[in-house]
Amino acid sequence: MPLLDVRDLAVHYGGIKAVKGISFAVEEGEMVCLIGANGAGKTTTLKAIARMIAAHGEIRLRDERLDRLPAHALIGRGLALVPEGRGVFARLSVAENLAMGAYHRDDGDIAADLARIHDLLPRMFERREQVAGTLSWGEQQMLALGRALMGRPKLLLLDEPSMGLAPLMVQKVFEVIRAVAAQGVTILLVEQNAKLALEVCSRGYVMESGSITIADTAANLLADTRVRAAYLGG
Amino acid sequence: MEEKKKAQLGGLLIAAVLLVAPFVAGLGFGNAWVRVLDFAALYVMLALGLNIVVGFAGLLDLGYIAFYAVGAYLYALLASPHFGLHWPAWAILPLGAAVAGLFGVLLGAPTLRLRGDYLAIVTLGFGEIIRIFLNNLNAPINITNGPKGIARIDPIAIAGQPLSKSIEVFGVSIPGVYLYYYLFVVLALGIVFVTIRLQDSRIGRAWVAIREDEIAAKACGIDTRNVKLLAFAMGASFGGVAGGLFAGFQEFVSPESFGLMASVMVLCMVVIGGMGNVPGVIFGGLLLTLLPEIFRNVAGPAQQALFGKVLLDPESLRMLLFGVALIAVMLYRPAGLWPDVRHRRELAGKKA
Repeated sequence: MPLLDVRDLAVHYGGIKAVKGISFAVEEGEMVCLIGANGAGKTTTLKAIARMIAAHGEIRLRDERLDRLPAHALIGRGLALVPEGRGVFARLSVAENLAMGAYHRDDGDIAADLARIHDLLPRMFERREQVAGTLSWGEQQMLALGRALMGRPKLLLLDEPSMGLAPLMVQKVFEVIRAVAAQGVTILLVEQNAKLALEVCSRGYVMESGSITIADTAANLLADTRVRAAYLGG
Repeated sequence: MEEKKKAQLGGLLIAAVLLVAPFVAGLGFGNAWVRVLDFAALYVMLALGLNIVVGFAGLLDLGYIAFYAVGAYLYALLASPHFGLHWPAWAILPLGAAVAGLFGVLLGAPTLRLRGDYLAIVTLGFGEIIRIFLNNLNAPINITNGPKGIARIDPIAIAGQPLSKSIEVFGVSIPGVYLYYYLFVVLALGIVFVTIRLQDSRIGRAWVAIREDEIAAKACGIDTRNVKLLAFAMGASFGGVAGGLFAGFQEFVSPESFGLMASVMVLCMVVIGGMGNVPGVIFGGLLLTLLPEIFRNVAGPAQQALFGKVLLDPESLRMLLFGVALIAVMLYRPAGLWPDVRHRRELAGKKA
């Protein structure tokens, strides 16, 4: 049984069909990406899985139907979303942001998890007193990632982590993502930067105007002439 | 240890000021000024209530005065000859908090998806709806007595002693306005205490998270719907208590006390004082109650002395200066006169 199983997922914005009944699955321990052009429905798909927007279709995390749960219940089930862009609490400090990630928890391991995040993101420890809104974009992205990890997710949904970042920062963010994956967290990544995404992921789905058009291993997608022509610049 | 001593000293100082304030105002300038202090305490309660909705949870509410109206009319209806009911204040005030809280949820529930301008428009409408209802519910059945308002409301009484009558203490007669002052200050301090405790609680953190980023808050496991409704309910209940006190104090209520300008005034207290910062909001409440009163009494005589006649009507001059002051605050102190530490830090950081 896959960790995440999505069947016939459809999202409408008014009369516009943003996602047209797609199905895909992510196995435990995998790192899978959704790639495609702007407006293909990638972010919408991710938001629908995280229950941030209304959608039709079945979404299962193991054997539990997520599509029947409210958004705030998902983190307790092991699904964490790192939203697109500046998804941090801008006027809270870095430490407070990380603490919010463990908002739903009342177990005694929070301090240990915080120490682990600080190992993974040493900058967040150095800047723990700083107001999140004053961090650079890349650091904010790291903080959002750290906050999601404080929820101890089994499945991490990452929405465009490279967006708006300088190339060097993109490298850094992806190093961290790789490290998170190495710790056994399953990752579903949405990314416009297809080359980058396919280099870190094992499998990928190509989305085009609301549908999945190609599904294959990352290596095959990187070699696929259609993918190369459309998303990798020839 | 030093810090603790400082805090204790500060607390004692504030207590002393609060104790003697009405005597300074009353003996120095007349009892009308004690009345102004009474209103200042009421407005501080209102500002703290609105601060929960606007400052903590970041939900712009332009109809907040409606909850003040609900509390005031509940008191008026349950303790006046209008229905022949004479419930005691200790029963009505908590009920007023609860009923106003319920109205808060009534406003909150349909507006959960709205933010910013859209929420402001709906709450503005809600405030007007309440006022217009109060204005028109005198027919077919006379419930609110319409624009004439409800008069001869029972004064608030403690242990059988109505606070409207002066009492003798050691041979000194203490007028009712002083007694109301102490009651209002005690209740305002209670509201300050509840607000600070809420701010430091899980709920307080959830409110701030929603204010900062609603999607991220949901992703952190915050039930944004319930937490928002709670903000509306808590804020409204403070307004309901203040409204009940207002009705008992004035012994008269009418719809015209609860217009849009009153909502805007309370919002200005929150914004000018410093959104989300409890001491700032208290400061804003005091400032915007006291300054206009001082100005009202100074502007006329000052013009008389300078020009030999009153050139500008003090009332319109007051609004003019008020507008100028608002613009100045927004330009030079956008986070308020006494802002939240974080807010200040962020604004400072952005400049750097």
